[in-house]
Amino acid sequence: MTNLLEVSEVSKHFGEFRALNNVSIQVPKGSIFGLLGPNGAGKTTLIRVINQITMPDSGEVRLDGDLLNPTHIKDIGYLPEERGLYKSMKVGEQALYLAQLKGLTKTEAKQRLKYWFDRLEIGDWWNKKIQELSKGMAQKIQFVVTVLHNPKLLIFDEPFSGFDPINANLIKDEILRLREDGATVIFSTHRMESVEELCDDIALINKSNKILEGKLIDIKRQYKTNTFEVGLEANNKIALKTNLAEKFVVTEANFKSLNNDLKLNIRLSQNETAQDLISFLNQQARINHFVEVIPSANDIFIQTVQNN
Amino acid sequence: MNHLPLIIKREYLTKVKNKSFIVMTILSPIIMIALIAVVAYLSNLNNEKIRVISILDESGLVKNIFKDSGNVHYDLLEGVSLDSAKDIVNETTNYGLLHIENIKNIDSVSNHIKFYSKESPSLTLISDLERKLEKAFTNLKIQEAGIDISKIEASKVNINIGQENFSGKQSSKMDSVIKLIFGCAAGYLLFMFIIIYGNMIMRSVIEEKTSRIIEVIISSVKPVQLMLGKIFGTSLAGITQFVIWVVFGGLLMTIVSLVLGISLVDSSMPQQELIEMASDKGTEFYFESFKQALSNMPLINLIVAFVFFFVVGYLLYSSLYAAIGAAVDNETDTQQFMLPILMPLILAVYIGIFTVIEDPHGTVSTVFSYIPFTSPVVMLMRIPFGVPIWQQVLSLLILIGTFMLTVWFAAKIYRVGILMYGKKPSYKELLKWIKY
Repeated sequence: MTNLLEVSEVSKHFGEFRALNNVSIQVPKGSIFGLLGPNGAGKTTLIRVINQITMPDSGEVRLDGDLLNPTHIKDIGYLPEERGLYKSMKVGEQALYLAQLKGLTKTEAKQRLKYWFDRLEIGDWWNKKIQELSKGMAQKIQFVVTVLHNPKLLIFDEPFSGFDPINANLIKDEILRLREDGATVIFSTHRMESVEELCDDIALINKSNKILEGKLIDIKRQYKTNTFEVGLEANNKIALKTNLAEKFVVTEANFKSLNNDLKLNIRLSQNETAQDLISFLNQQARINHFVEVIPSANDIFIQTVQNN
Repeated sequence: MNHLPLIIKREYLTKVKNKSFIVMTILSPIIMIALIAVVAYLSNLNNEKIRVISILDESGLVKNIFKDSGNVHYDLLEGVSLDSAKDIVNETTNYGLLHIENIKNIDSVSNHIKFYSKESPSLTLISDLERKLEKAFTNLKIQEAGIDISKIEASKVNINIGQENFSGKQSSKMDSVIKLIFGCAAGYLLFMFIIIYGNMIMRSVIEEKTSRIIEVIISSVKPVQLMLGKIFGTSLAGITQFVIWVVFGGLLMTIVSLVLGISLVDSSMPQQELIEMASDKGTEFYFESFKQALSNMPLINLIVAFVFFFVVGYLLYSSLYAAIGAAVDNETDTQQFMLPILMPLILAVYIGIFTVIEDPHGTVSTVFSYIPFTSPVVMLMRIPFGVPIWQQVLSLLILIGTFMLTVWFAAKIYRVGILMYGKKPSYKELLKWIKY
């Protein structure tokens, strides 16, 4: 799979402050790419570099193999975190204007807007002013405007903020559908559950440096600790626990179960396998629950940032 | 991709379709004309009221000099004492009582004249009385000295210096007045235009920041394009409003003055000299010298220069306004940056009024008609008096150069500023932004 976007060794300073330090990322074509990092890490600056809002001090950015240039504006759709619309302008006029700025002709823009407005069932908003709409409604318009020109690359910065669960779901489905239609999505968020749900690849930026990048699955494999969560039924739980603690690293686990189980996390050493553990446990107790502990994106985020 | 026309169109249409803009466009001339009409009407009313002044001249020296004129009538009292005269006047609606004591000596009687009235009398009325009395007593003294007044009257000479330059062009005092009016009108127009529409640009930049749409926009267009689009769009809206004001206002003025039968122009024209000149020499002379004065002016030069200096001068200032708008978050924070913009502008107008009129080609006016931030106003005021073309071109070139520099500088601040939220920048920070 080739990369749609390649950022190579990009640095950016604002006066004394270093916002990006030799950051490189590769965004595979057709992927949903999670751009993660704590507040102030440099995510927004990187996104602005990709959008040609900010010029990097050094380094280069290639979109589809070409160095970034003004013709790429129509290939990118950007939904910034700080977003809004002209309050006193009518929805339709405004959407037309923004679409034309992205290079669509007026008739093209009108057609596509009609399609999207019908699709999201907001057709009757055309003549309303933005200030008459609720925040969530305005966000929908903003989403439509972002994707209207069928860009190759979509950049969403916290796309779900301000949406109720139903609309958030609607937007999520639209993003997935756009990806199926061939778009590549960069997705910047602090909501780890949506990263878990949507992202194929992630990059983690902290204090202006990229500290982690790759397929989410690979990263999870790399971060897993050969730990298993078990629920055991036995007559003498205390004896069982001491028995297990002699052989493995054992900590208390916490999960929901219907039985009054002994709940444990059992960490194995590198050369032991799940089979070994199961056969060992089988002799001692009845296994009601057995699952491998896979680190969540949240765990990886916290662990990497704190160790950095 | 060039989106400038699109941006200009949007800026123009949103400005023009804005309700408060429409209301202001229609209401302003109505209010202005209504105010002028009310003032004119009231002052007419005031002039029509007849004031009666009672005179008690116990000396008997000057009782013949008071002749009814215009709206002041005199009522001579005789054979009554001061106290009963006061009572009489107090009972009538007469304006007041002028009392001259019974002293035959002119020198000493002049200090014993008093005016009694119910309320404090109008200044013009008192000075009018004083002038009348002074003239009468002076004449009496001249007679006392044995000099024939008619000879003095006959020996008065009236001088009116004709003006002509070395290439034979004739001019008159009227010329300077007309030039002054043209120069001041042009300068003031620019001044007003900059203040009103510069502020409008600034507000619309701030609006884009507060509505947070800015980042969406500049991911599609270059900030410089957006800034220039804003400046041009708002200026066009401004010109539209101005033209409507002038046409509509002119129309209203004609209608109102026809209906009320008052000449609004006269009462609102402060050019005392013009009126005096007209009344001295008759209207024919007035029109003759007016026509000549107009033909003496470099009209074509004036119009061309007006367009250029107006446009470039306005653009220069409006790019600064746009930069300020980008640097701050809300209008209250703009104060600290407004002063440096307003200072040169106000300075220019003062220089125009005080020095250009005195000496249009003196050092001060010449120097300031080169300095870019004052040159549009000062040069426009100077041009009616005849400025060599090379000077105008040089000044314009300096202005254009500065304009480009300012746009570059403003664009830098704009580019950084529109993405900055939440802090009020200092000048030091603005300088830092330029280096980004």
